[in-house]
Amino acid sequence: MTDTTTDAQGVRPHAGIPLEHPDAETAHATERAVFGFWIFLMSDLVVFALLLATYAVLLRGNTGAPGPAEVIELAYAFPETLLLLTSTLTLTFASVALREDRARGVYGWTFLSLALGAGFLALEGAEIAGLIGKGHIPQVNGFLSGYWLAIGTHGLHVAIGVVWGLILIAQFWIYGFCPAIRSRLVRFSLYWHMLDVVWIAIFTVIYLPGSLVS
Amino acid sequence: MLGRLSWDASPFYGVIPAIAASVVILAAIATIVLLTVTRRWRWLWSEWLTSLDHKKIGIMYVVLAEIMLARAFIEAALMRTQQALGAGAGDVGPVGAEHFAQLFSTHGTIMIFFVLMPFMTGLINFAMPLQIGARDMTFPWMNSIALMLTIGGAGLVMASLVIGKFSTGGWTGYPNFTGAAVNPGVGPDYWIWALTLGGAGSTLSGINIVATIWKERTTGLDHLMWMPLFCWTSLCTALLMIFAFPALTVATVMLWLDRTFGFHFFTQADGGNMMQYVNLFWMWGHPEVYILILPAFGVYSEVIGTFSSKKLFGYTSLVWATMAIAVLSFTVWLHHFFTMGASANVNAVFGIATMVIAVPTGVKVYDWLLTMRHGRLRFDVPMLYAVGFIVTFVVGGVTGVLMAIPPFDYVVHNSTFLVAHFHNMVIPGSLFGMMAGATFWFPKAFGFRLDETWGRRGFWFWISGFYLAFMPLYVLGLFGMSRRMATYLHPEWQPWLIAAWAGAGLVGCGLICQAIMLYVSIRDRERLRDITGDAWDGRTLEWLAPSPPPEWNFGVRPVVTGRDEFGERKLNDEAYPVPDRTAYRDIEIPANAATAPLIGIFAFLFAFAAIWWMWWLVWISAGAIVLLVLWRSMRFSLHRQIPAETLYQADMAHRRTILAHADGDIGSGAPMRHARGTEGYLARERREREDRA
Amino acid sequence: MPPRCTVAALAAIWLPGLAEAAGALSPNGPVAEAQLGILLTALGLMAIVVLPVWLLAAFVVLRYRSTAGQTYRPEEDFDLKTDLVIWAVPALIVIAIGTIVWTRTHQLDPYAQVAPGDSLRIQAVALDWKWLFIYPDLGIATVNELALPAGTNAEIALTSDTVINSLIVPGLAGQIMAMAGMRTELNVVAEAPALMWGRNTQYSGEGFADQEFRVPVTSLEDFAAWAETARRARPLDRAAYCLLATEEATSEPRRYSAPEDGLFKAIMMQYMDQDRGRLCSDD
Repeated sequence: MTDTTTDAQGVRPHAGIPLEHPDAETAHATERAVFGFWIFLMSDLVVFALLLATYAVLLRGNTGAPGPAEVIELAYAFPETLLLLTSTLTLTFASVALREDRARGVYGWTFLSLALGAGFLALEGAEIAGLIGKGHIPQVNGFLSGYWLAIGTHGLHVAIGVVWGLILIAQFWIYGFCPAIRSRLVRFSLYWHMLDVVWIAIFTVIYLPGSLVS
Repeated sequence: MLGRLSWDASPFYGVIPAIAASVVILAAIATIVLLTVTRRWRWLWSEWLTSLDHKKIGIMYVVLAEIMLARAFIEAALMRTQQALGAGAGDVGPVGAEHFAQLFSTHGTIMIFFVLMPFMTGLINFAMPLQIGARDMTFPWMNSIALMLTIGGAGLVMASLVIGKFSTGGWTGYPNFTGAAVNPGVGPDYWIWALTLGGAGSTLSGINIVATIWKERTTGLDHLMWMPLFCWTSLCTALLMIFAFPALTVATVMLWLDRTFGFHFFTQADGGNMMQYVNLFWMWGHPEVYILILPAFGVYSEVIGTFSSKKLFGYTSLVWATMAIAVLSFTVWLHHFFTMGASANVNAVFGIATMVIAVPTGVKVYDWLLTMRHGRLRFDVPMLYAVGFIVTFVVGGVTGVLMAIPPFDYVVHNSTFLVAHFHNMVIPGSLFGMMAGATFWFPKAFGFRLDETWGRRGFWFWISGFYLAFMPLYVLGLFGMSRRMATYLHPEWQPWLIAAWAGAGLVGCGLICQAIMLYVSIRDRERLRDITGDAWDGRTLEWLAPSPPPEWNFGVRPVVTGRDEFGERKLNDEAYPVPDRTAYRDIEIPANAATAPLIGIFAFLFAFAAIWWMWWLVWISAGAIVLLVLWRSMRFSLHRQIPAETLYQADMAHRRTILAHADGDIGSGAPMRHARGTEGYLARERREREDRA
Repeated sequence: MPPRCTVAALAAIWLPGLAEAAGALSPNGPVAEAQLGILLTALGLMAIVVLPVWLLAAFVVLRYRSTAGQTYRPEEDFDLKTDLVIWAVPALIVIAIGTIVWTRTHQLDPYAQVAPGDSLRIQAVALDWKWLFIYPDLGIATVNELALPAGTNAEIALTSDTVINSLIVPGLAGQIMAMAGMRTELNVVAEAPALMWGRNTQYSGEGFADQEFRVPVTSLEDFAAWAETARRARPLDRAAYCLLATEEATSEPRRYSAPEDGLFKAIMMQYMDQDRGRLCSDD
């Protein structure tokens, strides 16, 4: 059982929650947890919005050093985008498998999503190593500070997501398909999808203008 | 190993700092000794610190707020003393310039983050779940973590008294003054991390409050317009917390990166933009004003309805006005820096947007007064605060509108007029509301009321002290006195500052009266006992439960059929029905969690280490927090089961107490003096029993 | 205390404030006068909302105490007409004040010239904890002294070579912030000769409290004579500026001749993206 401090009142979970005919308390608990997590994600989105706004303000603050046109490369951003978007699709397959109680599907698809996420991180790491190699570190000027913090915060989120996902897989394996773990997988996938949305925003605000406009 | 911590960080650079540090250390030692001698450690740990009961968490928030209020007041008194004696150039007066700057920085930071925020979070935590007929908050464990993070932040501010110095950059901490180039010490970092911990706690609280109001309302309250107004203001406040605090977090984290790792977000010379900090800070800062004030508006609404023995007038208007204020509060941040030199168009638009907020606020004031009209007013202490608030708050409203006119703001910005204005908003608008709420719900929390006589004395000292302390500052602001001046070259200002100093003295008397009130109330608790659970002839569900309520709040969650549910029940003689055994179910309540206070301790260590650059400790603390969360996630029996029979017997016992009380068997009968519908109901009950006999 | 003594005591508190440093309350120029006018107009308009609140509060508190045998209508909770009035009246007043905001903010835009005719250009630089005023057209500069000819529009450009400052002369006009790397502007006109004062209002560190400067307003002739004396003072070359900016803390007025050409711009440029040479070496 998860948190139950109220008398459950026969709440039906939303369609997106992969619970078939749950008992009332499980449905209620899952519903509440997912709702609370949604609110957290909204708050987190505000963080990213402000990071991107600050980036835009600092865009011209390159103090004569190389600016967006020289620093930002689509060569990394394009495959990074592909990996991250694909991982969202595969994680959706995991949710479908969860709804249908197919254990192997859940393991397989979740693991694949995490692998794609790790691939994204590897590419981003390579990109960052390249930046460091060229001396484009955040201590150089305001523009680079804004750029590093925006992609760094997103990357950190993805890294946390990968670790969280691995822990979830382990917990699935240990505890089986109990409702608490299912509810966590639902929240994890919300988180993962949000990071995709954020990445699209980053791509639009940072990478496209940075690489196309000098 | 110790980063940049060395003997230089000791507080013996001045007499007052040394005294302050000694007081903190002695108080800590005294607390430890007292707990050990009275063998209360286990009690403290298992009854309070690890408890996930929303009522206890709420009470702990309020205790934190009261402790920090004492410190913040001492700082205010020191500043008033310094200014009263500070006529002249250079080092006149008892407090040096740098120490004065620390004082105004900590005073503001503490009052906002560690007095008003925990106070209002505590009241919401305590009362809101009871008002919506819930058994707890939606996320009890997260609730406890939020509290512990807030305590951790407050602990950092206290630690800065002993180890190192606090920021001198004011509670707003504008760079480039707080940048590493101008202020390389640990002061701004203490400030940054105190805010960051407090802010993280507030974000979690906000999420919890919204989820609770949205998901835990009892049957019948799907009709949102039947919720008590305090729940509405809690909801709006929580939404503001969720959406505004990220701006503060982003701003302070960027400032920290600038200071610690040489980033350039706000360093003007290297492509940063310090005005971006100012924007981010006030994108949070303005909603923050309403985060502090809206819950107080909710308390006032409850208090005025209850002590007028009347339904709230214009409930719907009050709800919409609250929501309007919440939304509009995000659109006006630029009025905090009209003097930045933006174009006339920008300033005018933000000025007008600011004034629009005055409309819903004015509506609220009128609705409260119209509630009192045609009522039967009882001037108990909470009602005194409410009336004092109405009369005083409009002054702050007027000066607020004045400052929203950009060309007039140019005159009084950064002056003591501004200081007077925002104290005029947050003291009557928030602090009085918190005190009213604390007095109002105290009998619910502890089972006895606060002593009325000392409470009244406290109120009159507070309000007269407020006027005497801040009205002179309005005048001085018009004379051109800037805020944050330790000394001044205009001796003709001195009489006004002496008056303000006397005002601070009166406020101090108010605080002393309140301390005596607490002592007298505990001493005379039998006289003040709230036997029925309905200390004030209340109208909302929290008064239905016994005082103090059992940890499960309600044996059977009440069904709501209208606004002012409990008041209506009493009118209809249905307030205390015979419990129906078949309606009781076994319930689960959250078991205590040691993980939450442990996370709080490690968060404190994390922040402390980040301030002093002890990187190994940063990593250890972060790792410990992750492990604690992981450990919690692998435990599945986090509840205690309470059998239906226990709930039933508790409710029966409560009912027997009420009946015995009505018969005059126990108590003085005094607490029943207000209970409107109760007498009729109990009289009938007695008749029936006599008939049976 | 007998009533006469009370009055005397009150006057002793009140009068020194008004007579000596009434600041914004005794304007010596059109901007400050207009700003004071706004205060009075807005106060008058808001009295329409505030006075009824006080009267109503006093009335209900006295009339509806539970001891009085007053009307009691516990069920009364809504009245459409009342509701409309309490929304409409504040809204109308906000519209009225909003109109004032729009017109006055534009009229009193600190960037707009106040009096017609040629402006006297002044460049104000915030330093730790003093102000440097450069008069580029007159070839002089001052510290802690902002001399102004009466009746002439003074166009004060502001920047900072330290933390954020904010310049105000309470009797002349409201303040505008001075920020490193940015240029803001404040236009003022002083009406009659007088010795006024101004200061920094934004907390800037230890010497903040004493960061005040004198503002002698004189006739045009006296001003010209004053400028002439300043031209005989020591020159404000790079070395003198650097000494002033980094080391010397002074609240005494001081005059310089021949400020370095383009000094104001050079100070600002230290904090701009491109071409940011430090004026003074760090040692």
